[in-house]
Amino acid sequence: MKRGKVQVFDELDLDLHPGRITGLMGPSGCGKSTLIRCIVGIQRVQSGLVLVLGHPAGSPKLRRRVTYSSQQASVYTDLSVAENVSYFTRLYGLPRSEADRVIAAVGLADQRTQRADDLSGGQLTRTSLAIALLGKPEVVVLDEPTVGLDPVLRAELWTIFRELADSGITLLVSSHVMDEANRCDDLILMRQGRIIAHTTPAHLLTESGKPDPDEAFLELIRRDVARTARHSMAGTVARTDVAPRHAEEER
Amino acid sequence: MRLLATAGRVLSQLRRDPRTVAMMALLPMLLVGLFAWVMPARQFNAIGPMLIALFPFIVMFIVTSIATLRERTSGTLERLLTTPLQKAELLFGYELAFGLVAVLQAVLVVTFSVYVCGLTIDGNLWVVGGMAVLNALMGTALGLLASAFARTEFQAVQFMPVFVFPQMALGGVFMPRDQMPDVLSAVSDWLPLSYSIEAVQRATDGITGWDLTRPLLILVGVTLLALLLGSLTLPRRTP
Repeated sequence: MKRGKVQVFDELDLDLHPGRITGLMGPSGCGKSTLIRCIVGIQRVQSGLVLVLGHPAGSPKLRRRVTYSSQQASVYTDLSVAENVSYFTRLYGLPRSEADRVIAAVGLADQRTQRADDLSGGQLTRTSLAIALLGKPEVVVLDEPTVGLDPVLRAELWTIFRELADSGITLLVSSHVMDEANRCDDLILMRQGRIIAHTTPAHLLTESGKPDPDEAFLELIRRDVARTARHSMAGTVARTDVAPRHAEEER
Repeated sequence: MRLLATAGRVLSQLRRDPRTVAMMALLPMLLVGLFAWVMPARQFNAIGPMLIALFPFIVMFIVTSIATLRERTSGTLERLLTTPLQKAELLFGYELAFGLVAVLQAVLVVTFSVYVCGLTIDGNLWVVGGMAVLNALMGTALGLLASAFARTEFQAVQFMPVFVFPQMALGGVFMPRDQMPDVLSAVSDWLPLSYSIEAVQRATDGITGWDLTRPLLILVGVTLLALLLGSLTLPRRTP
């Protein structure tokens, strides 16, 4: 499928399907954020070409089609929800009504005049998410949007993610909480800078033979460790950095 | 227009922070007032123009270096760089917003110096005010650049003494530049603040023509160069 297709490593195509939520899972420090930053084109890569929707990641053409919210809710904490959103609305050259639409979409209509530093953690994340929804992007990339939130807020956010996916948006959501794997349609599992599986939640469970995603992921890691160890003994390097190599450097 | 949107956003942020606005607008004025009170009139007449050059520069340098450092560390800069906003629009957005504050600041400090503190100005008041605004804009541009070299706000404020005090010592505040040892005089030729002081002094003395235009052009040049270098410190891709 052309749409939502993200090529990351030179040997690897990541197919993200429109209208589906792809979860990027893995322990902290495994390279999720780096991969995400590659996709949105703000990661300095050693070499290699990252193509998103057929264009080099971060190219001006993509800036309206692929949006991103980083791990910290990147909003101006001294401005209100509405001021934050309308600033970005103007940067994208969108009509004022678009600001109201995204604020409503994340359920912050009642908080629109509140300063961002008076918001709860979940509301702050939703403000950041609202900005990522401006202009109806095709791909929305969210780096650990639920980190540090209580289960109720996390559930609320996932409800919003589902609504967005249902409206046809391709979502890539990273998380280190494996429970959230069940809420995704597709899963990409990472460990130590490598993608060790691209699967679905159901398939993950059947393949690993474990009852829950947590166990299943640990099982996959065990297998991966064993495989890596064998490779090392054979003298081959199994590790591939997220920064793609062996291809011509972009720009 | 993305530049105007950015300037508007910076101004809204300032509006939320009355203490900073008060500092930017009133502090140069109050400091000049303090000097006028401390000194006999003749001495104040000599140093007053320098203060009009220095304080807007210093205040803007501090405020901008911290404001843009916050932008760098809060993740908003990274987010801005994934939007259609161009770096030049961001930088000039900041310059425009702080420039407007600088105009207010200049009007206050010049009016206060002349009508309250009794500073004698032989030249055109508007030219003196314009020089104060240019100095503030240069402070903004250098503050933007300096913020790239600080990791925390604590480090950013440290630039003030490191960057500003030596320039004050060499810029002719305490000793005219042509009376300094040759080495120091030569060094001061390369410091932007020397020209800030020169420009305001000449404007107050009513000097016109090339003697006024030269330091003025240097101020504008330093400002643009600092902005250019500043834009290089905003890489779209970071490690």
